[in-house]
Amino acid sequence: MESRGRANPAGQLIRSQFLMGLFDKFKAGLQKTHSKLVHEIKRIVTRSPKLTGGSLEELEAALIGADLGMQMTEQIIEAVKKAYETQGKEGADVFTIASAEVEKSLSTTSNQLKKADSGLTVVSIVGVNGTGKTTTSAKMAHMIQLQGKTAVLGACDTFRAAAIEQLKLWGQRVKVPVIAGADKADPAAVAHDAITASLARHADYLFIDTAGRLHTKHNLMQELQKLHRVMGKQLAGAPHEVLLVLDGTTGMNALNQAREFHKAVPLTGLVVTKLDGTSKGGMVVAIQKELGLPIKFIGLGEQADDLQPFDAKQFAEALFSEKE
Amino acid sequence: MFDTISGKLQNAFKNLRGLGKISEDNVSDSLREVRLALLDADVNFKVARDFIERVKTKALGQEVLQSVHPGQQIIKVIHDELVDLLGSSNAALNLSGSPTCIMMVGLHGSGKTTSSAKLAKLLLKQGRQPLLVAADVYRPAAMDQLETLGKQIDVPVFAKKGETDVLKIAREAIDFARANVRNTVIFDTAGRLQIDEPLVQELVRLRDLVKPQEILLVLDAATGQEAVNVATHFDQALNITGSILTKLDGDARGGAALSMKAVTGKPIKLAGTGEKLEDFEPFHPERMASRILGMGDVVSLVERAAAAVDEDEARRMEEKMRKGLFTLEDFLEQLRQMKKLGSLESIVGMLPGGSDMLKGADISKSEKEFKRMEALICAMTVKERRAPTILNASRRIRIAKGTGVHVSELNTMLNKFNQMQQMMKKMGKFQKMMMKKGGGLPGMFGR
Repeated sequence: MESRGRANPAGQLIRSQFLMGLFDKFKAGLQKTHSKLVHEIKRIVTRSPKLTGGSLEELEAALIGADLGMQMTEQIIEAVKKAYETQGKEGADVFTIASAEVEKSLSTTSNQLKKADSGLTVVSIVGVNGTGKTTTSAKMAHMIQLQGKTAVLGACDTFRAAAIEQLKLWGQRVKVPVIAGADKADPAAVAHDAITASLARHADYLFIDTAGRLHTKHNLMQELQKLHRVMGKQLAGAPHEVLLVLDGTTGMNALNQAREFHKAVPLTGLVVTKLDGTSKGGMVVAIQKELGLPIKFIGLGEQADDLQPFDAKQFAEALFSEKE
Repeated sequence: MFDTISGKLQNAFKNLRGLGKISEDNVSDSLREVRLALLDADVNFKVARDFIERVKTKALGQEVLQSVHPGQQIIKVIHDELVDLLGSSNAALNLSGSPTCIMMVGLHGSGKTTSSAKLAKLLLKQGRQPLLVAADVYRPAAMDQLETLGKQIDVPVFAKKGETDVLKIAREAIDFARANVRNTVIFDTAGRLQIDEPLVQELVRLRDLVKPQEILLVLDAATGQEAVNVATHFDQALNITGSILTKLDGDARGGAALSMKAVTGKPIKLAGTGEKLEDFEPFHPERMASRILGMGDVVSLVERAAAAVDEDEARRMEEKMRKGLFTLEDFLEQLRQMKKLGSLESIVGMLPGGSDMLKGADISKSEKEFKRMEALICAMTVKERRAPTILNASRRIRIAKGTGVHVSELNTMLNKFNQMQQMMKKMGKFQKMMMKKGGGLPGMFGR
């Protein structure tokens, strides 16, 4: 099992059957028996309980139901099987093991916002439409101010109707200055102004609220690249943080979103919003696995202080908590 | 969007090709692949399981038709089941009542405000007089957003800034509609979680007050397993009449659509397919199922073309083409009309096999070429556009400079245009000849 235990979707199995010669097939078959045998012996020696199909099925349902996706689900189940049957007589149940497994894979992440060496740190907030970028920008500015530092908001979503007004209202609410241009203005120009203004004010952080864009729209992704280029020209290293905002209710498409955004503008972290409902946001496990992007914050509601630093343990436990 | 499902299904059934009959053995592997594909597409796992069971029973019970691959046969079964699952026909909106009230509900950021404006625009096109009501009293600037959108499509918006009582807004909005002869009132409500009891109760009260003909759940196509919860809760609380699927122009596989339909049984009525306000179309389950299976979506394309192209204009253009009078001016017009059809990407995506083509080709390049052609023509004077023959060297240099390209590029474009014109002339002559030869026939048959 070891040799092919890592990724084992059926597709690969079928494909590999075509590719492998008879001899290889034979060898693989033997190996399978071999590792299975070793596993069984280990289980008996450690006097571990045998795993029942029922609890595995339950685990699978929970994992898929939390939007972890098929591939991650299979990997976790594989890991749980191994851990469960070798852990000794009085073991934890499959869910506890799975939860620990998820926590382990997420706990390498640091949830601190980067701080630029020289004065101003620019944070660019990107994502597809309707994930909560504007709200997240405002919440982060609020959070920074609570820490006794100063923040400025840049309204670079010049496309969506009234996005600028929305950020301005948030600015009033959390008492953070908002730098905005005209409707339909070039977002890069607004970003330029925002950096100039933030430097003049000696602000610690500038949060750039960008327009929502689907990752499949080539031209819009180019616009984002330009936006970042302009920022970098004006202030070395900017944007220092590029955070992708993901809607917690999104399913496997989140992986595509992260992949494409990461390709266009190297991301430095993720923010998962709308986790105050029943959705679990399990897709970040797969994203973390593939892209290694740390999850920095999670959004838990509509109020200014509903943004929390990410906690791997809490997150993993919540994945398996009962719904409702 | 659904391409990845179709890709995976086709892959799965490659293994079935060339087999003699459908048996439990040879089908189970493939069906497992189908299940994985569905799950990966965010179809709810229970829905996926039931779906697979249904397909299996149907496929196994079937007689193997001669000269049909078992694979094709199963694809047909899956197609039929998908159509069945998605709803067997496009459900039209119920526009009875005076005024007709439509309520838009859903989670935060699913696209309610944009969909409200798109719906208003669609209804306006159908000859109705819509009124948009800003009933989102929570999100900052939500009312401004709706007002801006209303201005863009020339539809009045009823908004009361500072008012926090949704019911009061609704009451006054209906009075306003009656007084101003608006026969369709669209309520854009605030986004809320399906489990947020107080806020859901607010919706219930709004529903009881306005007694809407339609309560539409707006659902993001990228929604994951949660779609089932969202749909069930909203349906239980409000008894929704249908749903709108948004952001279908992304690459989300849209399994949420399958889930939502399966658990509520309520039809998906409309689909949002782009950022522009005209990117909104009726949802067609059969087409969607075909699309899932990679059969293309030609019907939608033709419909879109018909909506974008003015018929008289098209006839005039055809006449010109036949007579060889097609000028650069007309060419520019055509280029712009094509743009109205949507991006090349979306057009090609609708053709059978188009989605596979898209994977390899860099469509944005051709798109750029069109843009360049447009720019070149725009840099010409009207006289030059009508009679390209007057384009001498100095004129060409001027145009190239004005566009910021090399003269050779302009020459290539003009050559292409000349070739096109020649072709059209020939076609015109050919057509005339055919008409002459067959000239007597229509009359003869007419009697």
